[in-house]
Amino acid sequence: MARDSQAALVALNRFGFGPRGGASGDLVNAASDPRGFVKAELARPLGALLEAPGLQSTPQLAQAVFAYQDEVKQAREAAKAAAPTEAPVPQPANQKSENQLRRNLSLNTVASEISGQQMAEAKAADNKSADGAMKPEAMQPNAAAAPAAKQPLNVIQKTFRTEALARLQRAMLVDCGFTERLVVFWSNHFCISASKGELARMWAGAFEREAIRPHVLGRFADMLKAVEQHPAMLFFLDNQQSLGPDSRAGQNRKRGLNENLAREIMELHTLGVGGGYTQGDVTSLARIITGWTFAGRKGQLGAPGSFAFNANAHQPGPQLLLGRTYEANGLAQGEAALADIARHPSTANFIATKFVRHFVADDPPPALVARLRDVFVRTDGDLKALATALIDSDEAWKAPLTKMRSPYDFLVASGRLLARVPEDPGFYLGSLNLLGQPLWTPAGPNGFPDTAAAWAAPEGMKLRLDIASQMGARLGPNIDPLDLLEFAAADAASVETRRTIERAESRQQALALLLMSPEIQRR
Amino acid sequence: MIDCVENRLLTSRRGLLLGGAAFAAWAYLPKFARAADGRDPRLVVVILRGALDGLATVAPIGDPDYAGLHGSIALTADGAHAATRLDGFFALHPAMPEFARMYRDQHAAVIHAVSTPYRDRSHFDGQDVLESGYAGPGRVQSGWLNRALEALPRGERVSSGLAVGPTTPLVLRGAAPTVGWAPVALPQADDDTAMRLVDLYRHRDPALGSALTQGLQLEKAASGDDMKPKPGNQAAQMRQVARGAAKLMAADDGPRIAALAFDGWDTHANEGGPVGRLAFLLGGLDSALAEFESGLGDRWRDTIVVVATEFGRTARINGTDGTDHGTGTIALLAGGAVKGGRVISDWPGLKPANLYEGRDLKPTTDLRSVIKGVLQGQFGLSDQVLAQTVFPDSASARPMKGLVA
Repeated sequence: MARDSQAALVALNRFGFGPRGGASGDLVNAASDPRGFVKAELARPLGALLEAPGLQSTPQLAQAVFAYQDEVKQAREAAKAAAPTEAPVPQPANQKSENQLRRNLSLNTVASEISGQQMAEAKAADNKSADGAMKPEAMQPNAAAAPAAKQPLNVIQKTFRTEALARLQRAMLVDCGFTERLVVFWSNHFCISASKGELARMWAGAFEREAIRPHVLGRFADMLKAVEQHPAMLFFLDNQQSLGPDSRAGQNRKRGLNENLAREIMELHTLGVGGGYTQGDVTSLARIITGWTFAGRKGQLGAPGSFAFNANAHQPGPQLLLGRTYEANGLAQGEAALADIARHPSTANFIATKFVRHFVADDPPPALVARLRDVFVRTDGDLKALATALIDSDEAWKAPLTKMRSPYDFLVASGRLLARVPEDPGFYLGSLNLLGQPLWTPAGPNGFPDTAAAWAAPEGMKLRLDIASQMGARLGPNIDPLDLLEFAAADAASVETRRTIERAESRQQALALLLMSPEIQRR
Repeated sequence: MIDCVENRLLTSRRGLLLGGAAFAAWAYLPKFARAADGRDPRLVVVILRGALDGLATVAPIGDPDYAGLHGSIALTADGAHAATRLDGFFALHPAMPEFARMYRDQHAAVIHAVSTPYRDRSHFDGQDVLESGYAGPGRVQSGWLNRALEALPRGERVSSGLAVGPTTPLVLRGAAPTVGWAPVALPQADDDTAMRLVDLYRHRDPALGSALTQGLQLEKAASGDDMKPKPGNQAAQMRQVARGAAKLMAADDGPRIAALAFDGWDTHANEGGPVGRLAFLLGGLDSALAEFESGLGDRWRDTIVVVATEFGRTARINGTDGTDHGTGTIALLAGGAVKGGRVISDWPGLKPANLYEGRDLKPTTDLRSVIKGVLQGQFGLSDQVLAQTVFPDSASARPMKGLVA
């Protein structure tokens, strides 16, 4: 087959996370069979699963949080008892690391004078670690490194970083990245926010691994059930607090419904606003899923941190939802309701529209949306069939590349192009915060926006340039920018982009400009 | 809960953009002074990336063809922004009063019509040649300054090189130990990069162009940016970098050899003459040299700062009041150890027939000879080591004599 660099750009950027630099040959491979290149990932049904050393299950993580909270509490009480008027006890680990740094080099003192900053954070760098400084993980600047060096991370911070690193490493290493893009899409569709509290932060990665990944090439109904029964979602949208007003717990505690999860299930997860449900349906669904919770630290309902159905909190009696009556059969009542909502025509339409908007265009071509909606209906929500239909569509290959890479996509695409696999997520987490897409932490339950307008904002562009320049300064000296342009776009690169890179005054500048070029920013 | 690392970033987003700093326990402690004459020599290499217009910095105002070639941006010896006369033929850009003072005190020298062996016009390749010390471009992973460091008797004099900035420049990369330092407040995206990107977007992606332009304007408005040196602009950065490096080098146990790079010299358009963009950058360089002088204190006596660039620019200005990639340019030496007060040049002349390829100041001096002369004068490296190890295959470029006082 003839080489088609333009189609390779689509295969790698619209469907994937961009080509990897170095010897990957991604662009060449994609150019020889663009559709096959993307589809190859769909042939590996377990390819979306993520297992890495140190990643734990949701109950294990819950126990760790509970243990940590106990420790903090005990330490606080002990401190109070010992010296009620004194300042908090210093943490021994801090002193140790400070001593180590002090020993390091007399010039530390000089340096602190120079910068007027806390140079105690200054890190050792002989020639070897100067090489290390070329890697993006070491691009983490002082501002970010500083607190880390001063205060040891607690178990929640460590877990968050471990989960983030595993996700980033996977994104850097996969061939095309289509499956990972699907993970990110569904994870954002069914988002939780790590800012909700310690449990949410602890669970953010596990939620995605357990509720999203196993189903991205499976059935929508299965994903929906896994998501709505995941402790992270139940915690994020407060369903563990929702009590059936007539349940035993509701009667005892004089408390009642919390509609939060039920509303978001219909508005954001399935039917969509205007999807044909009423406030009555919201209330009904809220009643139906009362008792959906997770076992707490005492483990009365099961292993702490595991999904539990609390019959005592469940609203008794049959419920009318979307014109259908659901009998009172405990947990099964809600599962039946979710299964029906999952195959509702409004859901098919809502999902198809969002899917096409994400992958093809901010204004989704109606014919393609209709075709995907039909596939969704016909296959009973088979997400692999949905993905295949997207790849098979001509629209997905012909629509102009007008989508803007989200900050996450941009950073991952840059890391891939530079053939870097991070060993520390710091640079990425910090950059995502800066660029307004903090990992697993959207501002609301509707997730991060998915249109060019949202990400091509003035401040965002300026900050992207700053970050690209930072990458250029760190990594530029070691790369040949024209080689990198070949890996990124080859003959699909515009004359202007090529010229801009050729004429840059330094490798550093050339790299920054390449990373900011339309060929990288658009997909 | 947001963990403290990220929270801190959220509250100070600009913080992320700041450069890194790195220190090492010295691999080898330098001996403080040279036994023979009590000198404790220091060397700073400053690389100007983007190809400095040597004819605009040290102008051959005595050459009858200069004014015509450099046209609207040519320097003159009189008028509102008169260039500083260095001798009967050359005059220094008025944005460099500190260098002019050092020159008068015989602590600064100019080498004109100089070039590396590189004769093409690619920044990347030109910088490779300048920094690697090899005669042609190639992806060699060590630089001449590092190899010079390696050639010094270990533990006797200078042992660790100081790389100033977010990365070690190629010139200082290699087997010999180096340490790195960068000022904490070093903004990364400079105006020149932004300008080039805006230009690319204007042609290829107007929507991104307008967003970026607005973003840049917002930032300028927020910081009240103009051409006056202040924290954050390029000139202020140069000074800050120099101040920090000088302080480190002034310490008794500090590094004796340092390398740093200043970007932004690729003056294709609106280069400016005695005032303008180039003047602004030269002002930054000038104040950086002054920072080295004051920061090194007594050590300045034993110091040489070498300022070099990958190549020069066309002798004739182009259609946008700038200059394009050329060949011959200048190198500057400053420091108490410089035998200064001289412009050293085998002047080729600027007649059309004398220009290199009809475009550029013809190089008549090999930059390697200049650097070899400095290395030999400061550290006593032998002809052989310089010709084989530091600058491989450079026997024909003999070390220039008498540069060091």
